[in-house]
Amino acid sequence: MISAVMVALLVTMVLALLRAFLGPDRYNRILAINMFGTKTVLFVAVAGFLFGRPDFLDIGILYALVNFVATIAVLRLSHYEELVSGRSGGAGE
Amino acid sequence: MIVVDVMSGVLLGAGALFALSGGAGLLRFPDFYTRIHAAGVTDTAGAGLILLGLMLQVSSWETGVRLLIILLFLAMTSPTAAHVLAHAARRDGVPVWREGDERR
Amino acid sequence: MMTFVLTNVTLLVILIATAIAISRMRALYEATMLGALFSLVTASLFVLLDAVDVAFTEAAVGVGISTVLLLGVLALTRSREAVTPRRRHLPALIAVLLAGGALGYASQDLPAFGAADSPVFSHPITGTYLHQSQEDIGIPNTVTAVLASYRGLDTLGELVVVFTAGLAVLSLVGPPARPEETMPRADFHLADYRIIRIISGILMPFILLFALYVLFHGEYGPGGGFQAGVIFAAGFVLYGLVFGLDKAQRVVPRVALRILVSLGPLVFIGLGLATMLLGGQFLDFDVLDPNHPEEGQHLGILLVETAIGFTVAAVMTTVFFSFASRGVSR
Repeated sequence: MISAVMVALLVTMVLALLRAFLGPDRYNRILAINMFGTKTVLFVAVAGFLFGRPDFLDIGILYALVNFVATIAVLRLSHYEELVSGRSGGAGE
Repeated sequence: MIVVDVMSGVLLGAGALFALSGGAGLLRFPDFYTRIHAAGVTDTAGAGLILLGLMLQVSSWETGVRLLIILLFLAMTSPTAAHVLAHAARRDGVPVWREGDERR
Repeated sequence: MMTFVLTNVTLLVILIATAIAISRMRALYEATMLGALFSLVTASLFVLLDAVDVAFTEAAVGVGISTVLLLGVLALTRSREAVTPRRRHLPALIAVLLAGGALGYASQDLPAFGAADSPVFSHPITGTYLHQSQEDIGIPNTVTAVLASYRGLDTLGELVVVFTAGLAVLSLVGPPARPEETMPRADFHLADYRIIRIISGILMPFILLFALYVLFHGEYGPGGGFQAGVIFAAGFVLYGLVFGLDKAQRVVPRVALRILVSLGPLVFIGLGLATMLLGGQFLDFDVLDPNHPEEGQHLGILLVETAIGFTVAAVMTTVFFSFASRGVSR
């Protein structure tokens, strides 16, 4: 069963990767990469059980953390550039 | 113990199914906002079910606690990230797809 | 075994596809994000190879800090790659082919994957580290034993590299601006999102707690000073991104950062001098507790890891503050 989950996760990762490549805009890419990140968290957890090393889960916690920080950073800093150069992004200001 | 194994298998299978369907949705849905929905399914239902399924198979409590921490962490961060993303996209004027529009 | 090979191959294919996509992408924000994804996949491969400490570092540095710093740089410059003139394509292609060919040729000399007669396994020092360290030092994670005790001098070198790199960046970019100069302007909108503010507020103590856990658990599991320092920095970066640089600078003042940056090498070298004064060699922790050499080793390793953690965290945070506050105050 666990190997089936592993295959499902890998397929999902590839699908998310395709969306990240296709875009078409920045938000679609951020979304796909964020989702890829949570899939790698699951991947590490499942791989730990599958290959008999479940003591590696600290890494999963770390992945979840850095994934969140990176997503927030992209949103914050990519906006920031537009606003500094005066190309403010439209609705809801 | 067979009951626990079956339960774990069911949870893992359901989680894998959610993950797969979310991945397919991310690729197939027509615009950004619908895709957030698909990605959200994998991050909450998919991840939650898989982690719960793994939790039933742990051999030591330390592993279980770590799985629980990952679960709580993902449960807090993924919806937040999705929400902020949707909010930022809305502010930036990413248009919403209506029926009959082009796929984006 | 079948699953293992399949998993590895899939990850490698993802890795190569990501690399090609990055090289073809003109928008640099997107390329940076794909770079983070690349790091995640690399780290997953390291996990599969049982190189847990490396995977930890790769994830913390590659995804957490490099992405944030690169994005901070992009916020100051253009975010689209300049188009290379066509006439420069041919020399670049030749250079790449030559370098790639040399690497491919050199890889012929590498031992086969997992080969038992490779120098890594047959050299006597491996046995010494793996078996002797349990008696000499008595901590389960051999990586930490090698890093902090046997090869302490090398680690000191690495720490000095981090320290020097931090100084170099600071001398180029300038120190972080004062908190009153980095007052958030009208553009500061993430703090308006109540959800992310509350969630980040809830997460902050746990991130710092996790960093401490990684720091002090390095003797027993994956982790150690470098990784813990980066996680600390990631926590402060998250705080600065969500609540504003001025608030973050109130939490970690510039003076404190300046002291902490130099604290690591000072403690490290000081510890080495102390062991010399106690009659041992430079960084020979046995003499810290003459009756129980193991206890001395534990103490020494803990001090070294803490020193590394402080300096790495301070350098990363300072560099981020410098870049980000430059954008705000101009």
